[in-house]
Amino acid sequence: MYEILTGPGLWLAFAIAVIGLVVRTVFYIQGLNWKLDRVAYTAFPAAGAKGAIRSILAFLVPFGNHSWRAKPGFTVMFFTFHIGLLAVPLFLEGHAVILMERFGIAWPSMSMGAADFWTVAMLVAALGIAMRRLLLPEVRIVTDAKDWFVLIISVAPFLSGYMVVHQIGDYNFWLLAHIVSGLAWIALLPFTKLFHVVGFFWSRAQLGMDYGIKRGGMKYKSFDW
Amino acid sequence: MPEGKLCNRKPINTEEYLQQVLSDTGGKQYYKEMEELDVDVEKLQASLKATLKSRLKTWLDMCAHCGLCADACFLYEVNDRDPKQVPAYKIQSTLGEIVKKNGNVTNEFLRHCMDVAWSQCTCCNRCGHYCPHGIDMGVMFGYLRGLLYSQGFVPWELKIGSGMHRVYRAQMNVTTEDWVETCDWMAEESEEEWPGLTIPIDVEDADIMYTLNAREAKHYPEDIAEAAILFHLTGENWTVPSEGWEQTSLSMFAGDWEACTMQVKTVYDAIERLRPKRVVGTECGHAHRASAIEGPYWVGRPDGLPPRPYIHYVEWVAEVLRTGRLKIDPAKKLKKPVTLQDSCNYVRNHGLADITREIMSYIVEPEYFHEMSPNREHNYCCGGGGGFNGVGKYRPQRNVALIKKRDQILATGAELVIAPCHNCWDAIRDLEEEFEIGIKWSFLKPLLIEMAIVPDHLKPAEDAE
Repeated sequence: MYEILTGPGLWLAFAIAVIGLVVRTVFYIQGLNWKLDRVAYTAFPAAGAKGAIRSILAFLVPFGNHSWRAKPGFTVMFFTFHIGLLAVPLFLEGHAVILMERFGIAWPSMSMGAADFWTVAMLVAALGIAMRRLLLPEVRIVTDAKDWFVLIISVAPFLSGYMVVHQIGDYNFWLLAHIVSGLAWIALLPFTKLFHVVGFFWSRAQLGMDYGIKRGGMKYKSFDW
Repeated sequence: MPEGKLCNRKPINTEEYLQQVLSDTGGKQYYKEMEELDVDVEKLQASLKATLKSRLKTWLDMCAHCGLCADACFLYEVNDRDPKQVPAYKIQSTLGEIVKKNGNVTNEFLRHCMDVAWSQCTCCNRCGHYCPHGIDMGVMFGYLRGLLYSQGFVPWELKIGSGMHRVYRAQMNVTTEDWVETCDWMAEESEEEWPGLTIPIDVEDADIMYTLNAREAKHYPEDIAEAAILFHLTGENWTVPSEGWEQTSLSMFAGDWEACTMQVKTVYDAIERLRPKRVVGTECGHAHRASAIEGPYWVGRPDGLPPRPYIHYVEWVAEVLRTGRLKIDPAKKLKKPVTLQDSCNYVRNHGLADITREIMSYIVEPEYFHEMSPNREHNYCCGGGGGFNGVGKYRPQRNVALIKKRDQILATGAELVIAPCHNCWDAIRDLEEEFEIGIKWSFLKPLLIEMAIVPDHLKPAEDAE
């Protein structure tokens, strides 16, 4: 079971994710329409690229824009959550071992202490994000089941992974739960709001091009995000 | 009733129909008919299929419902932080529902959408800057307005406004004759004080073609005289076209894209006909947006640029002050607390924040210029943008919307608000009427004329020293 899930299962999950994300990206780009969107996307490639990159970086860097600076608490939660979410599974020793055993790939890894720290930090941040959804009226009104689903499916591999690493409870149960939820998260990337793993870049690039080409970027200063 | 006599899916294309709708004071019958107006679901589905492409789909779909857009919206703030005023909620509960139901929506729902689209969003685009995913809800509300207009669910005044553009190629019933006469009249009126002043009409190959807002021609002709005086003072080789002089677009507020195209085409035709080096537009925000920013796309210009460089009045003013062609009498520089209103349509949406501040540096003593907070690209809407000022049905909501600007102005301690935008100017006038905070407001033109050093050769004979 363990072998199937971490062997072919892993391949399948990755294949679904990659193909799905690529297909959606292609459709997204194909669906951009200079006349309907009223942005001359291809007429000014340099201005467009500059606008796109600035727009992405402004939101990729903590406190890099007015929005992050206006909400420092949320910004800290947001970045802690996302850094933990990406760094722990990518650089966990336990995962590097699988890569070496199964595929013979030597993969860098972080210390167990760092992994523990980021896991707990990420879970605390997730709790904060969940509390925000429950407590703030302006967030509660827009929150729906899909938002909870995405949050739960993202947290599940971390909770279960923590149980596995620290051998709390039934090891085999938590290991299975960890692998299944982790694979599900990967496979669901293209089909849920998790699409934003790539969609964030396309959407930010689009608005950045809008400002870079049409809304003043070519005329005067670049937009102050 | 499938379609009403006044309220229906047909655009106003004739003077007769325009008169009928106009004579329905306050749109009483119009709104009554709207309650019975059928939704043309097939048409709505066809529109969605043809125009709802990946950008809008992704925006609707990917919204993380994080609520960061809430505080970006001045309407959310002035309405006691009502969660129903959160931009993401406003668009998801209207356009989002229409899309989810693939157009299978009721009359009642579309009337609700109309209320939200025209009284809960001024399309100021500020929320788009605060969204991590770059979702611009102002753009989406513009799109929603287009769908609603095509179904006949549009505020009475804006149905008329877009009809005006269709019938007169102007937002008000100003004909070519009226316009030319107004120019001649204003030239005559100004001649005595400004010998040699003319308002040259249809001059080919001029340096500048000047375009404006029809209400200047209709209600504020002195604005045209002021523009002429400033061109005269600076020795510009300028002209106005007899046709294609109106650069505004109430049809943009209405979501009537066909009328937008018709209107801006007349301006571009004038540019092609008269071949000016460039075009200068009046002190109006949405007119600049319509003719210089969105217009090229409406008429299908793939580079997204107008046929000739098309600059806002503030750009021209900054240029003549910078180059010294217009000199300000240092003694007349403003020495009272002054603030500046950043128009969403050309500051947030065209990057002109530095330009207007450069102008302030020439006309206001530095210690008297007080910035609003926030300002520049992050300034709030005046409270009356996107057509909000003009819709009687939403006047109470509009008056609440003015509170943000009122408080921003009060915090600066300014006695004078410089508002180089018709919509902002109106909103600030109305907020003074509504709240009586004791401020004055002004366009740039009258201030500049008051402060300019007039060269002797331009003075009337008896004044010349």
